Amino acid sequence: MAALVIAETDPTRSQLQGSSLAAITATSQMIAKEEPQDNEIHLLMAGFSSDSEAVKKAKGIQQISKIYVVPSPNEATEKLFKYGVAEWMAPCIQYLQDKYKFSHIVAGASTFGKNIMPRVAASLEVSQISDITGVEGSDVFIRPIYAGNALSKVKCTDPVKVVTVRGTAFEKAVLKEAQNLPVEELSFTPETNASKCVKWLSEEVSQSERPDLTSARVVISGGRGLKSADNFKILEALADKLGAAIGASRAAVDAGFCPNEMQVGQTGKAVAPELYIAVGISGAIQHLAGMKDSKVIVAINKDPDAPIFQVADYGLVADLFEAVPEMTKLLDQNAKTAVHS
Amino acid sequence: MKVLVTVKRVVDYAVKVRVKPDGSGVDLSNVKMSMNPFCEIAVEEAVRLKESKVASEVIVASVGPSQSSEQIRTALAMGADRGIHVEVEQELPPSVVSRALKFIVLKEKPSLVILGKQAIDDDCNQTGQMLAQILDWPQGTFVSKVKVEGEKVQVTREVDRGLETLELRLPAIITCDLRLNEPRYATLPNIMKAKKKPVEKLGLKDLNCDPLHGIQTLSVFEPHKRQGGNKVESVAELIDKLRNEAKVI
Repeated sequence: MAALVIAETDPTRSQLQGSSLAAITATSQMIAKEEPQDNEIHLLMAGFSSDSEAVKKAKGIQQISKIYVVPSPNEATEKLFKYGVAEWMAPCIQYLQDKYKFSHIVAGASTFGKNIMPRVAASLEVSQISDITGVEGSDVFIRPIYAGNALSKVKCTDPVKVVTVRGTAFEKAVLKEAQNLPVEELSFTPETNASKCVKWLSEEVSQSERPDLTSARVVISGGRGLKSADNFKILEALADKLGAAIGASRAAVDAGFCPNEMQVGQTGKAVAPELYIAVGISGAIQHLAGMKDSKVIVAINKDPDAPIFQVADYGLVADLFEAVPEMTKLLDQNAKTAVHS
Repeated sequence: MKVLVTVKRVVDYAVKVRVKPDGSGVDLSNVKMSMNPFCEIAVEEAVRLKESKVASEVIVASVGPSQSSEQIRTALAMGADRGIHVEVEQELPPSVVSRALKFIVLKEKPSLVILGKQAIDDDCNQTGQMLAQILDWPQGTFVSKVKVEGEKVQVTREVDRGLETLELRLPAIITCDLRLNEPRYATLPNIMKAKKKPVEKLGLKDLNCDPLHGIQTLSVFEPHKRQGGNKVESVAELIDKLRNEAKVI
């Protein structure tokens, strides 16, 4: 039995998202103990044709052995697959499962995977294991509960394991030179009521030159201490210097300082960059849940008792409105000195 | 139209739970319990639909222990009309809860079911999607805007890239994200009134719902603790440490 990974692609549709690459790594750990001839990962790329750029690139993932593509019959259905509309994706995955009987069906725990996979599990009449951070065997997984204050080791006894994977907990599978992989083209249109009752209308995507929050090497997040949406500008200047992505605490999102896709935490995104700088963030458990796996954590807060300092490798008790611009300025000067010397 | 809204009794969001020494779970004795914050948003949205005359009746359902009646009463005090309590003492995963909810939906025939996007205890984020699948209904998950127009509902979803708008033909499932609304506090007169509202009690057997599922919790343990707490005195020292000690810039 092979395992199936559901591919999510980037907005340009030219390559796999980091969440899918991490899901491939997690899946290879799940099947490591299976018989060698079954030790295969297959990839579903719904909405693509076999000659598309993304499929060519995906052939460079060494861990996979086969790709299924499901070309869209027309423009309208292309959107439904492209944006991962669950009412279309779930029956498509169920169709593949009926045909090939995979041991595992895995996706990243992004909003794409979270939206689709419970429908897949329900259609197959099994449970789902959400947001795993560890693999202990083909059917034993570790996942955080209670905002990451506890970890749960669970065994899945269902005939097929439907799993979503926390992207920051696994290395991303590396893209190399394209291999000669079989690509199977399937023609599929769902016949369900639900698939006929959904229409994709529009999207509003924030344009940003910055790196993606979940895969950036450096993340700077602002909290309620920033006091206004406008003040996030001082984080931007620092982010420019460090090539960082900008995130926010739930409090800052709730206060309307920034859009929800910037939220880091239990109910937002999980990040684990090399360097995480928390600015004006008190450190509620819901926020820590999304960033405490960062390699190095810096906290800048004027309240010396803020809980964020307990997890910070380097805490600076200071007024952020002075400290952040000073940091930007010093980095600027250092950069200039480096050029001169 | 009828709206069904679901609530879950969970540990209060401000509580930092402790793992039991025997690794069997987390210690919930003498811990403050509340309505799951995302369920509060769901109740608020349902009540607003009634206030704007879109909904004719709001039914609140909960699958949980006997004390979950407190959370049903809270929802009734916020403005829901009546409650349905499926009493179960054991913890159940979303796969079973969604099956139980299916029977309530088939009985009550709501046009819209509104749920929270995730419960802050098990953090599964599954029940709404599973319910949508087994009813063969369309779903709008992680929703921050709802607009009902006749037989359709337009939903704006919070996705990783930004916002996405879908149109769903009713009946449909909606799961709420944070920014959908700000839940109200129940007033004292409404809390008193809520005590007289009817709550129907059911068991899983009444719903022909099989509690079997494929997940066994083997153990629950503490995550690796971070060694934090070091302070620096100045921005210059911070930059120096990041550059020469941590080597991350």
